[in-house]
Amino acid sequence: MAEQVPLVEYLVLGDDPHLTAQECTGCGARFFDRRNACASCEGDQFKKVRIANEGVLRAFTIVSMAAPGVPVPFVAGVIDCDGTSVRGNVVNVEPSPDNVSTGMKVRLTTFPIGTDDDGVEGIGFGFEPVG
Amino acid sequence: MAEDVWILGITMTKFGKHPDKDMVDLAAEAARGALSDAGVTMKDMGILAAGNLMNASAGIGQQLQKQIGQTGIPVYNVANACATGATALRTAVMAIKAGECDYGLAVGVEKLSGAGLLGAGGGSRSSGTHYEPSGRYGAVATTDGRIGTTTMPGTFAQIGMEYGHKYGGTSFELFAKISEKNHAHSTLNPLAAYTKKMSLEQIMGDVMIAYPNTRPMCSANCDGAAAAVVVSDSKLKTLSLEQRKRAVKIAASVLTTDPWQEACQILPDVNTLTRNAARQAYEQAGVGPEDLDLVELHDCFATAELVHYDNLMLCEEGGAVDFFNSGAPWRDGKTPVNVSGGLESKGHPIAATGIANIWEVCHHLRGEAGDRQIQGAKVGLAHVIGLGSACGVHILEKSAA
Ligand SMILES: [Zn+2]
Repeated sequence: MAEQVPLVEYLVLGDDPHLTAQECTGCGARFFDRRNACASCEGDQFKKVRIANEGVLRAFTIVSMAAPGVPVPFVAGVIDCDGTSVRGNVVNVEPSPDNVSTGMKVRLTTFPIGTDDDGVEGIGFGFEPVG
Repeated sequence: MAEDVWILGITMTKFGKHPDKDMVDLAAEAARGALSDAGVTMKDMGILAAGNLMNASAGIGQQLQKQIGQTGIPVYNVANACATGATALRTAVMAIKAGECDYGLAVGVEKLSGAGLLGAGGGSRSSGTHYEPSGRYGAVATTDGRIGTTTMPGTFAQIGMEYGHKYGGTSFELFAKISEKNHAHSTLNPLAAYTKKMSLEQIMGDVMIAYPNTRPMCSANCDGAAAAVVVSDSKLKTLSLEQRKRAVKIAASVLTTDPWQEACQILPDVNTLTRNAARQAYEQAGVGPEDLDLVELHDCFATAELVHYDNLMLCEEGGAVDFFNSGAPWRDGKTPVNVSGGLESKGHPIAATGIANIWEVCHHLRGEAGDRQIQGAKVGLAHVIGLGSACGVHILEKSAA
């Protein structure tokens, strides 16, 4: 199998793909990026926590116009994963307002986004409807 | 308590395409217009605050001085997303409140015609030939479009959809009706970039940008400038009756940023900072939403206008849909909103918008709005928000002179 690399560092690959966040040990605020300190309480201690794979779609849009190179249409959304909000595309569904609605249950899924010149496969993530 | 500050002169250029004018031409037209409207000159000014976003490093303030008057006064070049114009005005207001000068000039200018989609490119780099993590998310390729979207249309579309998820009652048609209102209002505004009435069918049938916003439901990229001369209360008292009559009191001037909330770094929270700004502004001005004769709010997208009815407390919490359906925000309604046509038809030359909204309100308070005059207008509110985020709210009051 080709070597794989996640699209972003907070995506963990392997047998049980999932997302992780940096959780502030002071106040519990969660962040997905590299931190200097906590934007909520100014603390600077964080621990890595696993984000639930299943969640509820809280907001979405169907993007029909995007920057060159971004395939459209696609469904972009915000998923409430057991109390932690996650940004992601809703995938494996026809991108139309008839098929996507806020409140729908979704779960994490991963897929290849391409291969670089060294043969390394990039792996992205999205959320697909459950059931 | 620092003394009151008044708008003595204010103007905006026509918004739209100005291929024959550069940024300095537009800024100069607005600035000289505001000075003339105020009956003062650059020699009177104690501070110049100049806003421009897309060329923020160009030093527009000094470039402007070199065309309209180099008097040696301090220039503050400001950039603060779509709140840039409001920030420029507030900078001049703060200088007067601090007692540093009696007069200030604030200018906002933008050249945007044909700029296309704003906010794209949220990724750390374009997809490369070698996957190497970079940036704060350790991304190996562009993330916009792969991990949701950070474009303006997509972001504000989700903000409207989120409101609908929380409170119910929204639909594609409802959002389109908000746009129908603003396009109808624009027919009375000769300075708007687009002044054509549009039917609901036309709006819903137009090109989809980011569901549920079609093209006419998005603010129009265009060129334009606006400028205001502000003056201290004590100086105003020494001026002519005519100047005092046309002066408009800045009853509140507030700027906020987004306080941390769960999810605010996932989908920008445009609600909390607007609500905070509105609350502070009503308190400063000693008025409530029910006292407002008109409101110019930041309808960068039709979906945004809906949530700001609620954020500015024009309705009960969760009541924005009912508020709109009651007809309240139409120009003959209880609380007219965006009688200028709003950003969806007037246009949105980013840094000019925050002063142009105030110009619109002042125009009515002075009784000079012609065909679109809101009769007897005494108090108005102007709101802008820029993603990142920054929110400016100004409450303006008609002069008693
Ligand atoms: Zn914290």
